[in-house]
Amino acid sequence: MTDYEIDTKKNKSKASEAIIIASNVNKWYDNNFHVLKGVDLTVYEREVVVIMGPSGSGKSTFIRTFNALEPYQKGSIEIDGIKLSDDLKNVDAIRREVGMVFQQFNLFPHLTVLKNVTLAPVWVRRWKKAKAEEIAMQLLEKVGILEQAHKYPSQLSGGQQQRVAIARALAMQPKIMLFDEPTSALDPEMVREVLDTMRTLANSGMTMVCVTHEVGFAREVADRVVLMDSGTIVEIATPEDFFNNPQEERTRQFLSQIL
Amino acid sequence: MNKVSPWIWLKKNLFSTWYNAVLTLISLLFIYWIGLAFIEWALTLAQWRVIEANLKLLFVGYYPQELLWLTWTTLGAIVGLGGFSWGILSSYSSLLKRKSLVILGIICAVFISVAFSVDRSNYILLSLPVILVAGYFLGKQLKRLFPELKSWLALIWLLSFFVLLWFLLEPIGIDRLSGLLLTISVALISILLCFPFGVLLALGRQSDLPAIRWLSVAYIEIIRGLPLIGILFMTQVMLPLVLPSNLQLSQVITAIAGFTLFTGAYVAENVRGGLQSIPRGQTEAAKALGLSPPFVIVLIILPQALRAVIPSLVGQFISLFKDTSLMAIVGLVDLLGISQSILANPKYLGRSAELYLFLGLIYWVCCYSMSIASRRLEK
Ligand SMILES: Nc1ncnc2c1ncn2[C@@H]1O[C@H](COP(=O)(O)OP(=O)(O)O)[C@@H](O)[C@H]1O
Ligand SMILES: [Mg+2]
Repeated sequence: MTDYEIDTKKNKSKASEAIIIASNVNKWYDNNFHVLKGVDLTVYEREVVVIMGPSGSGKSTFIRTFNALEPYQKGSIEIDGIKLSDDLKNVDAIRREVGMVFQQFNLFPHLTVLKNVTLAPVWVRRWKKAKAEEIAMQLLEKVGILEQAHKYPSQLSGGQQQRVAIARALAMQPKIMLFDEPTSALDPEMVREVLDTMRTLANSGMTMVCVTHEVGFAREVADRVVLMDSGTIVEIATPEDFFNNPQEERTRQFLSQIL
Repeated sequence: MNKVSPWIWLKKNLFSTWYNAVLTLISLLFIYWIGLAFIEWALTLAQWRVIEANLKLLFVGYYPQELLWLTWTTLGAIVGLGGFSWGILSSYSSLLKRKSLVILGIICAVFISVAFSVDRSNYILLSLPVILVAGYFLGKQLKRLFPELKSWLALIWLLSFFVLLWFLLEPIGIDRLSGLLLTISVALISILLCFPFGVLLALGRQSDLPAIRWLSVAYIEIIRGLPLIGILFMTQVMLPLVLPSNLQLSQVITAIAGFTLFTGAYVAENVRGGLQSIPRGQTEAAKALGLSPPFVIVLIILPQALRAVIPSLVGQFISLFKDTSLMAIVGLVDLLGISQSILANPKYLGRSAELYLFLGLIYWVCCYSMSIASRRLEK
């Protein structure tokens, strides 16, 4: 597996450091269901990794271990040099470094768009309200929602809500962004605006781990594509190799279903 | 509402089929018969003197005559604050709207009619509508200067409540309250206490710590299995036993404790419903942003959960208000208690129908205004 990681660094201009190191991660759900069966993945700074795989293969569970939304029982995860353990201090520190965007947006419906974005900077980073709002407005402008800043989430379209969710996560100035099927709950005509936002973010050098089935996005933006199946990683490859020349039979089978 | 001619409306709603027509006619006859009997009684047999003569007793009970100005000032302050809030919450020119004028007219009519039946209080009562309108315009003006004022309104009311309560109680002590004044004070204090208590119980019931969870569940289920009157007797008898003997609690305070302990359990169940209606994604998104559990609850979960259960919470508070009449049974002189002592006076022998009718009216006015207030709050 290491050789993939080394040779795929070729399209990164600078040699960069590992920022997520997950090794032999094992997780059982309460009902003894073995959902992650020894998963290894290293993500480098400024890298975009796309995770694909059939529904129920453990993709969401896996990336949710990166910000401690899901505990794991065996193995180790290190985020930007911080060991992810049960220690609450570490959990807090890691959640400040890792932003997450969910399939269902999960905006706070009782707060305006602007308040959604400034909430965490004000209460977690303890920024002054004025500073938080200024930065929030800049982010909202970047994702193209500036005019809607004082509306409530329910007044926005799905695509706009998801872009607000991206701005909300970015407001904490994370080093890593996790995306869990960010376009799956969207009407087709809104998928593009969200993918465009993500593409811009990737070009700005953000480290991103995206669970998505958008093949076009993966081909164009990803540095590596990962296939997960029933709690294990089947294949990791550059997009060209992954889509044009997959090594594993399971990958070929999966691609034949989605392409 | 679109205008439909009354005949079409009648035909559509009351006479749509032959059995509906029969039902309508029977109901009309029934209403006519009851109504006629009632009006006849109210105009001929009933002697409303019992209410006129005891208005002061019913409203403020045995509040000392020479301190009565305190109660008037309090009423004035509340009316002024009401007008003030109305001014702040109203949309632009709503004082001129028909509905507001009707409400204002009714308030004035009530005040004026009461004013002329009570001796010295005439002038003060007459000034209340003026205070209301003054408050309204003050609110409007201030809203223009400070648009943020709206979000402070709840706090203003809360502070005024404590100040006014202190103002009323300081010279006489809570034990000497009686009449409607006692009813309202006990109800409001209990509401203010049982709300946070109930929220804590609801959160306790959801807690990850088994000890806290089981304690909350046990408390809620035990209280919900007991009748309120039993709890009132228990707090009257048992609280003095568990407290040190030099700390003698007044009967009013033990009653408040009883109402709070009782209603808290029901509030907890209502709030729990609200908590459960919040999707898990809300907590996850908040955690992912780095908010710690107390912040997640206070900033994200509770505001949504409480908003979702306002109607049922207000329902709970309305029943608490009505339940305060049980104070009469444990020997306190609330609105009901004072009516009973009025009726015990041989002068008013047999006047219970008039008096209880009036009591019903007071309770209804209070409860109905609570439910109107809750509908405003929902928006
Ligand atoms: N809280 C849970 N308890 C038990 N099983 C779960 C839970 N959440 C997910 N699972 C199971 O774990 C498996 C992986 O889920 P998930 O990570 O959501 O997969 P994916 O995101 O790849 O579709 C699924 O079979 C799912 O049914
Ligand atoms: Mg998933």
